[in-house]
Amino acid sequence: MKKLIILLLLTLSFGAIANEEIELQSANIDLSNNESLQRGAKHFVTYCLGCHSAKHIRYLRIAIDVGADPQKVLKDIAPEGASIYDQLHSAMNKHDAEKWFGTQPPDLSLIARSRGADWLYSYLKSYYIDPTKPLGVNNLVFKDTAMPNPLWQLQGEQHAEQRKTIYGEYTKLVIEEPGTLSEKDFDLFVNDLVNFLVYVGEPVQLERQRLGKYVILFLLVFLVIAYLLKKEYWQDVH
Amino acid sequence: MKPTRLNACGDWVLDRFPVSKFWNEHMAHYYAPKNFNFWYFFGSLALLVLVNQIITGILLTMNYKPDAKLAFDSIEYIMRDVPWGWLVRYMHSTGASAFFIVIYLHMFRGIMYGSFKHPRELIWIFGMLLFVALMAEAFMGYLLPWGQMSYWGAQVIISLFSAIPVIGDDLSLWIRGDYVIADATLNRFFAFHVIAVPLVLVMLVFMHIVALHEVGSNNPDGIEIKESKDPWGHPVDGIPFHPYYTVKDIVGVAVFLLFFATVIFYMPEMGGYFLEHANFIPADPMKTPEHIAPVWYFTPFYSVLRAIPDKFAGVIAMGGSIVVLFLLPWLDRCPVKSIRYRGGIFKKALFLFVVSFIALGYLGTQPVTPVATILARLFTTIYFGFFLLMPIYTRWEKTKPVPKSLTKDHSLEEQLHAIEEQLPALIEEITELKPVATEIGHPAFKSSFFNRRPNPVGIKNVATRLAKKLIESLD
Amino acid sequence: MNNKGMDKSKRQFLTSALTVVGAVGSGYLAIPFLAQMQPSVKAMAAGAPVEVDISKIETGQLIRVAWRGKPVWILNRTPEVLATLRTLDSELRDPLSNESDQPPSSKNPGRSIKPEIFVAVGLCTHLGCSPTFRPEIAPNDLGEQWKGGFFCPCHGSWFDLAGRVYRGVPAPSNLEIPPYRYITDTRIIVGESSEEKKA
Repeated sequence: MKKLIILLLLTLSFGAIANEEIELQSANIDLSNNESLQRGAKHFVTYCLGCHSAKHIRYLRIAIDVGADPQKVLKDIAPEGASIYDQLHSAMNKHDAEKWFGTQPPDLSLIARSRGADWLYSYLKSYYIDPTKPLGVNNLVFKDTAMPNPLWQLQGEQHAEQRKTIYGEYTKLVIEEPGTLSEKDFDLFVNDLVNFLVYVGEPVQLERQRLGKYVILFLLVFLVIAYLLKKEYWQDVH
Repeated sequence: MKPTRLNACGDWVLDRFPVSKFWNEHMAHYYAPKNFNFWYFFGSLALLVLVNQIITGILLTMNYKPDAKLAFDSIEYIMRDVPWGWLVRYMHSTGASAFFIVIYLHMFRGIMYGSFKHPRELIWIFGMLLFVALMAEAFMGYLLPWGQMSYWGAQVIISLFSAIPVIGDDLSLWIRGDYVIADATLNRFFAFHVIAVPLVLVMLVFMHIVALHEVGSNNPDGIEIKESKDPWGHPVDGIPFHPYYTVKDIVGVAVFLLFFATVIFYMPEMGGYFLEHANFIPADPMKTPEHIAPVWYFTPFYSVLRAIPDKFAGVIAMGGSIVVLFLLPWLDRCPVKSIRYRGGIFKKALFLFVVSFIALGYLGTQPVTPVATILARLFTTIYFGFFLLMPIYTRWEKTKPVPKSLTKDHSLEEQLHAIEEQLPALIEEITELKPVATEIGHPAFKSSFFNRRPNPVGIKNVATRLAKKLIESLD
Repeated sequence: MNNKGMDKSKRQFLTSALTVVGAVGSGYLAIPFLAQMQPSVKAMAAGAPVEVDISKIETGQLIRVAWRGKPVWILNRTPEVLATLRTLDSELRDPLSNESDQPPSSKNPGRSIKPEIFVAVGLCTHLGCSPTFRPEIAPNDLGEQWKGGFFCPCHGSWFDLAGRVYRGVPAPSNLEIPPYRYITDTRIIVGESSEEKKA
């Protein structure tokens, strides 16, 4: 029997072959950090909402969840003329989008749930100059992306360099022309934005984790009583 | 309590409606074996999950829109704008996976303790029909969120029908109601998912339980408790289902709910297994995701499909992997029910089966690679081998004597009887070992059976003996 | 089976304890299940206050706007109508609106903030039909007594042009006045009361 198990474990381990992918940088996600979320919301509206909508979230919900005054959200974050009940709709019309990018920019409400925070974080940081592409840029994480880099003025222009180490060859992105933000500030900027996108992906996340504690606590009490009752009755059975 | 009008009113109803009769038949006077273990929780848990699915499902239909243009958004509407909608939705999506976990464990219990054997074949058949209906229910429910996985998963599975010769293409067209998965498909799947299949499920559950209570429950020892009764006509080894198993099942329910709540509140996506990442992208008929995999509970069967290089044969194999389960009561020739008293060969075969089922499940979630395909073929072979070779290997299985009853204090006469019964088996075992031992003529051999070195003569002897047995068993 | 040494009271206690805890749990589970049938955020968003420009309403004209999906009437009353309203008290069930539904700012005989501009929810307080606007005096179908008002075609309730119900008709109370306030002289917002704003 033991031999059988070992044999099977061996065959299975052959099956688990790791896919070669670019290593993602990990984003620092903290949904309880309201300042970060507010900055992220502001960044989103400024840099993303021009093309991308987030049609499943409303300004009011954002205001409540990040602990900001709705009027302040309307004034500081939302674009001119938006109602507090509005969802984050993009101003760009679909027809123009098709013409300019060959595709419609996807809605970003759920992007963090389909792609993951680390992917988004790495993606936004991995643009580099590639003159062979129609947009003049390419991305290490998402090859031949149809999206131009919206943050290039902040980050600066990156170039890809092939580097060799004893472990093999890899591509390193080097900032050649610095942008308006330092590297550290830019990382924080992207992190805030991704943090906000994670929040938008599932606004109820913190609430659900908070409630979960009580539910589990309740069930533990229920379990203890149920177990005592079972023990009491089963004294009869020999 | 006063003998009031309320009581009189209650009696009035009871005189006309057999509540107490029903209660007694199925709960208070239904005698279940007293030795149910951990594995016997999953029947009642399956019922609990079914109720969960029905209640949360009804609530979801109140806000869900079965329309290709609105479906995806209506789910997000439920998740965000509907009060508590997220909880109801997570209970439903987690419940779907929980249903399969519970059902797979329930089925494994049945195989392990021989609950499918005479006289419970029909219970097994109803159970298998339930399993098929559940798969249909889950499959059609998975289309409803109208995400990329919903769409392309349904596309792949419905295309399976097109593999059927002659009528295949027309059949899959008829199922879809369009040339691709489209609004019409979504709308009809909604109808099936919310009313047609649930009705079938509830009816089958009823039949499953009625059939079970007619013949009585099996138990980990595989003993028929109805065969030994006390002077009052109750099985000696039985205890009334209520209160003993109701209180026990409540403990099981509490433990289950703890796990269930943990998933709902802390990991509703379950790392992309319960809610797949690609399903957060709306269905796009123009673009298939790079890697599509069905939800985890279908992956073992999906692996079988992928392991076969021919489209039609693959579909047959996948269908076959479910059909063989139906035939189990007739494939297993061993008269002993419980694994506790069955031979090593069955234990090994069952172990291999479980491993290959899990391995197939894992492989089904992974992209196709040449190595993965070879492994999938290997495990598919084991999967089918477990069932199709069963008539052979279960015949010359060396079983242990099964006790007559669970209650320990037997009369002297009974004990003598038990020994008498066991005697032939013991004698057989001793005599079987002898010839090998004498032929080798090595005195140390007897004392250290397992430490011997490989002996060509011995191996030849064992091989001929096995061959002889094999031939005998075929008679 | 052995029932010796059975502690009945302990069983009773544990059974009750489990029942109570289970009932509490089911109760808490019922809250989300019932609450999810409440109006969603979408419905609330659709029910947000509406801004109306009243400068274009001519004297004697009635316009309808939707607020929370309900018809809201805005009527510009003529001086003659206002004069008639003062003479009707004896025929009305609740002339001073003591038992009717309105914000305090509209709890006056004319039931409005500014006398000429009348705002009301256009649904009969009987069973929710929308009454018709009948400003003419003594038309053939309604008879001599009609002094201009709202007539509910479903069950024949009469209201005057301040939405006050007449005696002897099925409707129990005056028409509901929604919360509203003036942003400027010519713009009102329906759904926000002037009291709320001050607070």
